[in-house]
Amino acid sequence: MWKLIREFLEDVGYHLDLSWQIFVRLGAVFSRRELVIEQFYQAGIRVTHVVLLVGLFIGMIVSLQTGLELARFGQQDQIGTIVALSMCREMGPFITATIVAATVGSAIAAELGTMAVSEELTALEVMSIDRLRYLVVPRVIALAVMTPLLTILCDMIGVVGGGFIAESQLNVGLSLYYDSAIDSLQGTNFFLDLPKDVYSGLFKALIFGVIVAIISCAAGLRATSGAMGVGSATRKAVRDSIIAIIIANYFLSWMFFQS
Amino acid sequence: MSTADPSTALLRYIDVHKAFGRREVLRGLNLEVMKGETFCIMGPSGCGKSVTLRHVIGLMQPDKGKVFVDGNDMSTITKPDLRKLRARMGYVFQEAALLNWLSAGDNVALPLRETTSMPDKEIVERVRAKLELVQVPDAFEKLPSELSGGMKKRVGLARALITDPEIVLYDEPTAGLDPEISSSINHLIRELGNRLGVTQLVVTHHIGCVKTVADRVGLLDNGVLNFVSTPTEFLTSEEARLVRFLGDRLD
Repeated sequence: MWKLIREFLEDVGYHLDLSWQIFVRLGAVFSRRELVIEQFYQAGIRVTHVVLLVGLFIGMIVSLQTGLELARFGQQDQIGTIVALSMCREMGPFITATIVAATVGSAIAAELGTMAVSEELTALEVMSIDRLRYLVVPRVIALAVMTPLLTILCDMIGVVGGGFIAESQLNVGLSLYYDSAIDSLQGTNFFLDLPKDVYSGLFKALIFGVIVAIISCAAGLRATSGAMGVGSATRKAVRDSIIAIIIANYFLSWMFFQS
Repeated sequence: MSTADPSTALLRYIDVHKAFGRREVLRGLNLEVMKGETFCIMGPSGCGKSVTLRHVIGLMQPDKGKVFVDGNDMSTITKPDLRKLRARMGYVFQEAALLNWLSAGDNVALPLRETTSMPDKEIVERVRAKLELVQVPDAFEKLPSELSGGMKKRVGLARALITDPEIVLYDEPTAGLDPEISSSINHLIRELGNRLGVTQLVVTHHIGCVKTVADRVGLLDNGVLNFVSTPTEFLTSEEARLVRFLGDRLD
């Protein structure tokens, strides 16, 4: 039991230290533009189709499930509001971050893990190349930028998917659906005139992206013992990222909507 | 053959101990490698040869004892001084350790691009010259996955040499290669020692490597270095432990 607690605390300590080390190196992003752009491509463009597909079906599911219940009370005209709010507040950022953790995060852990076990990280150290500047900072920046952008796509396609179901299966006109969706997302003049439901979701996505990047990089950098070690690092990266996203999601939701 | 300067020990191990958990790998290792000398460390697998090498470049610290590189105590050296010292050293990894998403040319250029402000044109010229030196001039554009084992080793060697180091460390430079390629790499290492006066510490268990490259050789066994001598004395010794170790290999 004590061993588990000690390992957990060591793990947390390592991640906090890594986060700080990354923070003090953020300036490296300007001198490593090509590396960052490459990571934008890896972290964003290559998973866009997955986010679009999953977002579409999530919107459809939310619309169908809530629509069927609302229909019992004759409240189908509220479907647009419910789909838009749930996509922007929760489903969009959470689903996008989960997809990013499963695809990009696992790839980061496997890539860095393979480098660790094949002495490529040691080679960088021997050449006095800072592995955090060279490998980790571009990945963290890329996920911090791309996760909110992917979330916007996920939100939009989810609302579209919900509209498709509302019209085809729940007999709610598209104009009514979109009017109620847009009404629910009115601006508040608080931040770029964005509604709180949207900017809170995008802020969550940014935090989730950073969490996935740090946890995945940490798992990869600490991989040992050959192919098995890489497999184990990848598994740990995805598992820990999803757990951390869920916990962070609760506190961020509390911060935005409860406090 | 040797360009060694017997008055200057560039690498010094003094009573070095290193353990991993309960397993003591080095138990009072003493060694001096002179400037310009090529020293080979032989020994059975898992005896601590690579561990010995890693102390020189600051990847490991001894539990007890001291390692000096050109007078710098590696246990107390500051990070900036370690960076400067590493810039004077090259390290050839057993599996070459090339970054697999960079071409061979970019791999060789990496230390210059990341640690100096040298113009890219000059870097490319130097990279081409080094690839020529290690006899793989056509590898520049190729990815590591497109290179054979021998070519990877040569590219790894070119990367180690790109900063014109004074000290080069080799971790099993011919492991896993066929005899012909091993022989050509051995001659390359010898040539570097002769032509450039580089101080070289080579970890190997190949007799061919020792015969070709070494000025002196020693057997790392039970955590200490024994039978330090010239390759001829070493390979013809009648010491029972040495005969037992070399037996099959000499055949």
